[in-house]
Amino acid sequence: MEAAEFESVLATVRDFVREVVVPAEDEIEETDEIPTRIREQAKAMGLFGYAIPEEYDGLGLTMSEEVRLAMELGWTTPSFRSLFGTNNGIAGQVVAKNGTPEQKQHYLPKFASGELVASFALSEPEAGSDPSWMRTSAKPDGDGWVIDGAKQYITNATRADVFMVFARTSGERGTTKGISVFVVPADAEGLRIGPNDPKMGQRGSSTAEVSFDGVRVDASTLVGGQEGVGFGAAMKSLAKGRLHIAAICVGLAQRMLDESIRWATASRQGETRIADFQLVQGMLADCHTEIYAGRAMVLEAAREYDEGTDQRLAPSAAKLYCSEMVGRVADRAVQVHGGAGYMHAVPVERFYRDARLFRLYEGTSEVQRVIIAKAITRSR
Amino acid sequence: MNIVVCVKYVPDAQADRTFSVDNTTDRAGVDGLLSELDEYAVEEALKIAEANDGEVTILTIGPDRAADALKKALQMGAHRAVHVNDAAIHGSDAIATSLVLAKAIQKLDPQPDLVLTGMASTDGTMGVVPTMLAERLGLPAVTYASELTVADGKVSVRRDGDLASQTIEATLPALVSVTDQINEPRYPSFKGIMAAKKKPVDTWTLADLGVDAELVGLTAAWTTVESFSARPPRQKGQIVTDEGDGGSKLAVFLGEHKFL
Repeated sequence: MEAAEFESVLATVRDFVREVVVPAEDEIEETDEIPTRIREQAKAMGLFGYAIPEEYDGLGLTMSEEVRLAMELGWTTPSFRSLFGTNNGIAGQVVAKNGTPEQKQHYLPKFASGELVASFALSEPEAGSDPSWMRTSAKPDGDGWVIDGAKQYITNATRADVFMVFARTSGERGTTKGISVFVVPADAEGLRIGPNDPKMGQRGSSTAEVSFDGVRVDASTLVGGQEGVGFGAAMKSLAKGRLHIAAICVGLAQRMLDESIRWATASRQGETRIADFQLVQGMLADCHTEIYAGRAMVLEAAREYDEGTDQRLAPSAAKLYCSEMVGRVADRAVQVHGGAGYMHAVPVERFYRDARLFRLYEGTSEVQRVIIAKAITRSR
Repeated sequence: MNIVVCVKYVPDAQADRTFSVDNTTDRAGVDGLLSELDEYAVEEALKIAEANDGEVTILTIGPDRAADALKKALQMGAHRAVHVNDAAIHGSDAIATSLVLAKAIQKLDPQPDLVLTGMASTDGTMGVVPTMLAERLGLPAVTYASELTVADGKVSVRRDGDLASQTIEATLPALVSVTDQINEPRYPSFKGIMAAKKKPVDTWTLADLGVDAELVGLTAAWTTVESFSARPPRQKGQIVTDEGDGGSKLAVFLGEHKFL
């Protein structure tokens, strides 16, 4: 995409976030749902397909472009980007990177338009950080497969039309080989979607349990047309997703700093603006500095991702740093707001709860550290 | 159905707007954009065109950077654009602006069935150009539309007043100015952004329109800005401390300022 066009995309998304989504944040918090009008506008704009390749009607953004877009999306409630996050991200990329030509042709244009919502069903109670321990299995049955098992914390499960279901087709539990992935329609017989999970924050986003009780699917649903591609597909999707999440964290941290600056310059103690107290200034300066570091890190990691020089270590490092950084910024933002920061009426109270998730999903901070440490000690 | 929408590139109202040394709007020091009030006219044109298999042409007068306003309208979905760009136009008043717009519209082929405008610009906020333009084109002018329907060679428009609403009909071709109540302008879609760069944009000068440069610009303007000054900064508020007599102090304050 030409630079001028991409700047128009960024400007449009920035306007939409600030003019439409931000004013709806309280409504989203109250209803725990993204209003239909916002969902339809997001569809019409093309937000369900920014990362889907151009030949399948998406925008085909490079990683360097995607992270800049994500920083704009991050400036509001994380549940907004979650609405179309799985189509572009973890679920959509499974088909985009591993699907057969027929699967790509069939699904990707529908993901890009938002006609179908795709969900990524990997995590299980005993197999979250380490998917190799998954219990969900798929057994051959005539010319198809039968899937049994259960997944938890599945984003967009209650909105999904199709699930990317990871299931063991061979091999022992605890090994990465023998995990396959299937595109399973949400209305398949035996597939049950639980109620929306009540969560600490990120209200308006949807997660739920998904269980499979003898769910029979055609051979054509096996992603890539071959067994065993699941673990690699999951890891590739997650690495890209981690960089995206890091960028979302930068956007949210910036929003909290903007809120804090506005608060600190408008509020007074006696006749002094609280922004003129040096201890408050210290908190604002630390936030700015850490956000600057996070932004620089994300942009550099995205450049490496695009050049193919690092698609694994840098995303983990960026996700680790930025998800921890946004937590520190959230804590200071509440502190700068004083007592008001603990009240539902101010956005930073909500963001403080929202931000906590970033250190947990798309791989916990601990998993990122293990990935980084393994990579940097392997060759020594 | 062919629709022309006249739009203006204005300084961003969120920015610190000011004037140049010749007392005209400073366009260089401030970011500009498609006037928000014109977005409603663009949206209305697109809706009518979508329902009637029509074509929307965007017309603006302005310096090089005014192309950004055209780009935004093309990204929203308009089909083509015309940019009248001539240094001699700098400083033109509403009369000269309406002259140049009229000449540009008369040069269009095919001629429009409907000319749409916003209710006013967000910088000059005079709101007189639409009727001047209609007069020059010999078209019926229906202004301040908060609802617009096109059918059977006519426009039907609702105008909302403070106490009553009027419904007015005019035969096409006609000029209609629309208010910010008429619709919710769309955001450009990513596909619209990609498609915009391939859409035709004609750039015309005064010579192309056969307009004498003597008739436009600062020297020809019927009105001039003699001087300007910034609004005085807000005074610090007066704090009344309640020492048991807060109520009476408040009453005195309101009385002194003739609020009571």
